[in-house]
Amino acid sequence: MFRAIAMEVVGGLLISGALTAQVAVRGDRIYTLTGPPITNGVVLIQGGKIESVGASASVTIPSNYKVLTARVVTPGLVDAHSTVGVSGILNQKQDQDQLDKSAPIQPELRAVDSYNSLDPLVAWVRNLGVTTVHTGHAPGALISGQTLVVKTWPQNLEQAMLVPESTFACTIGPDALSAAKDKAPATIAKAIAMLRSELVKAVDYQKKLAKTDPEKRPARDLHLESLVRALEGKQPMLFTVQRHQEILAVLRLAREFGFKVILDGVADAPLVLKEIQESGFPVILHPTMTRPSAENENASMATAAKLQAAGILFGLQSGYEAYVPKTRVVLFEGAIAAGNGLTFEQALAAITLNPARILGISDRVGSLAPGKDADLALYDGDPFEYTTHCVGTLVSGVVVSEEVK
Amino acid sequence: MEPRSGSLKRWGVRLLIGLMVAASVRCVSAQERPVAFIGARVIPIQGEPIDSGILLIQGGKIQAIGGSNSVVIPPGVERRDLHGKVVMPGLVDTHSHIGLATSGSNERSGPLNPEMRALDAVDIRDPALQRARAGGITTVNIMPGSGTLMGGQTIYLKLRQGRTIDDLLLRTSSGRVAGGLKMANGTNPQGDPPFPGTRAKAAALVRERFVAAQAYRDKLAKAGADGDKAPARDLGLESLAEVLAGDRVVHHHTHRHDDIMTVLRLQKEFGFRLVLHHVSEGYKVAQEIAAAKVPCSVIIVDSPGGKLEARDMDWKTAGVLERAGVLVGFHTDDPVTDSRLLLRSAGLAVRAGMSRNGALQAVTLAGARMLDLEKNVGTLEVGKDADFLILSGDPLSVYTHVEETWVEGTRVFDRSDPKDALLATGGVGAGNPRAAVLCCFGNGGDQ
Repeated sequence: MFRAIAMEVVGGLLISGALTAQVAVRGDRIYTLTGPPITNGVVLIQGGKIESVGASASVTIPSNYKVLTARVVTPGLVDAHSTVGVSGILNQKQDQDQLDKSAPIQPELRAVDSYNSLDPLVAWVRNLGVTTVHTGHAPGALISGQTLVVKTWPQNLEQAMLVPESTFACTIGPDALSAAKDKAPATIAKAIAMLRSELVKAVDYQKKLAKTDPEKRPARDLHLESLVRALEGKQPMLFTVQRHQEILAVLRLAREFGFKVILDGVADAPLVLKEIQESGFPVILHPTMTRPSAENENASMATAAKLQAAGILFGLQSGYEAYVPKTRVVLFEGAIAAGNGLTFEQALAAITLNPARILGISDRVGSLAPGKDADLALYDGDPFEYTTHCVGTLVSGVVVSEEVK
Repeated sequence: MEPRSGSLKRWGVRLLIGLMVAASVRCVSAQERPVAFIGARVIPIQGEPIDSGILLIQGGKIQAIGGSNSVVIPPGVERRDLHGKVVMPGLVDTHSHIGLATSGSNERSGPLNPEMRALDAVDIRDPALQRARAGGITTVNIMPGSGTLMGGQTIYLKLRQGRTIDDLLLRTSSGRVAGGLKMANGTNPQGDPPFPGTRAKAAALVRERFVAAQAYRDKLAKAGADGDKAPARDLGLESLAEVLAGDRVVHHHTHRHDDIMTVLRLQKEFGFRLVLHHVSEGYKVAQEIAAAKVPCSVIIVDSPGGKLEARDMDWKTAGVLERAGVLVGFHTDDPVTDSRLLLRSAGLAVRAGMSRNGALQAVTLAGARMLDLEKNVGTLEVGKDADFLILSGDPLSVYTHVEETWVEGTRVFDRSDPKDALLATGGVGAGNPRAAVLCCFGNGGDQ
């Protein structure tokens, strides 16, 4: 069966040039995420979009469609927070664009201006079924810049882009403190004070912008106008924050300024679960296999199940890695969650539909339904098992991977 | 199914021997009462799996193993019903840094530190050790880091529950503390002088030190019993003399194909016993490694890169080496990968083409061989240490949990105990307050 799939996927590649390709994907089991799994189902694809999904008995595959077959078919995986394409594979100066330490607060920086779609790690995760990544600046500055949401194919960034200015990547924690004692912030309280001061300036700028007399409006300021978008709720603040006291500090900030928050990391989430739940903010949980050390010391493989039980919308991430592995793979992080308290379908949702919802892109990706982008991942068994292979990846209806990986 | 135990009479004799052995070894809590584990699928590694098998232990040793028709359980023996479970040997992690987080593992004052001992640095109360037990690791080689050419003397530990490191030690037949010598090449040990700036310089520094060790060894031999003629004692050269004598195995960090070949060249010149570690590009020189008959302990990480020399890391390495006839093991390199997830490495290797049997052997018997411990460790055989795991299912499944870990007849991890479960999954109180030390991102080993 294995070989047969590989052959068919190779066949699929022959048509990969045209977005108008017509493809039918058969699956012994298809997880749509919009309803119960379909046994012996078919996904019909045309023009890069899903035409229909259903049991094979109810779907007729037109004779001119290329047919692919796999044991398990899922929506293309959505990595809720990554740095691929920005923090490159070699870890050398020339391929590390994930953090600018020249100033602690730089919301005007955009990951879209530094994303390298050709970095081998983008292909690495694509070949394992990842079709969409929310990527950008790494944790390490109070506000390190704006993230982007991008498909892992095609290589042309403009075509692959879903959301060019997605969130503001913010960090509260030891990582975002200055190593030099005479350079602020050296403490968490100072970090919060600096953020508040900057947001107060942005509120003031926002008021001036609203003046009816154009002459009295302030000159354009990329820095402040970025923060204004956060204040207006147009772009959420993605706060990477691990420890309980710092999670509460972020929630306090959000109450004061009214911006939208996505909580990221939150190793201590079980200690402040009620507060997170009451805030209504979604969570992008730390990688389940993150190293339990330093501010992450309380990280747990079972936190995902606790978030699920509390009814908190959450997704899983590959996160940022300074060394090895240079990127984690969100498929594997989901697997560990499935092995530690989440059901299979809950874990799958945490790497498909949930992150799509959190990022505001669920109208296009994260589930299999007519009209959605034809982003699919094909596996030769339970996708979470260590010994299962990804046997094909489709982005916008195009077979972009033939590797059996 | 072949019976794996002798007759009841022979069992009695073994029991006696077992007790004598147990008495002669320092044991934290000698397990005197026999226990029979009944009904599990037993994977002995040596020999075929046994469905509904029996494992009988006493005195920290395996007294009998086999099917229900071949092992007779003496009356009065405590019975544990393990139907539905899987039993396999405790795992051997051939390369780890657990217990070193607060002591440091890279001595960057100089590139050659063969006199240093992990023995003097490991904190056995570090939660990382209990996380290793939670992952099913019963024997571990704790090593200095790869930030220097010679990192120092490694230490092989049994993960017994103990108060001090002495309770966890293993000793060689000559009585010394068991362990090898950590060495490294490639970019990690590079740096400004006195560190080598190039690969050629790195090899030259190592060769010079080995030449000095040869001279030291020869002087010692020439002096014989005449203490006046013996050279002044040199702790570093003494350690290297053990290496030259084949009494201390070199555990060599190496990634790139050319670096691997350099290690093999040095090994040929000085004749030491060698295990290659990481071997990210091993698939490129598998024939050469096989011809040198050098075992490989492979690391499996989730993606390539992180440094130039790991760019071509590929999960297929283990399978390619296996097919070339190389003895293959795995390691966690904890904290690089997590001690709780060593079986996952075996699973990913199977994903990339290694045989299932080979992968299970890699985390048990192969590792034991690399540490010269295969007489007591690595398989479930009569007379070997009662180091074993009770698993909830297939060892290579993500849904399987290690339920219990036993070392020498004593249970050292029990997932049904909330304190142990916490270490297995993580949570408040289960981690290290200090950041993980990941050698050697950036500039060669100062992190």
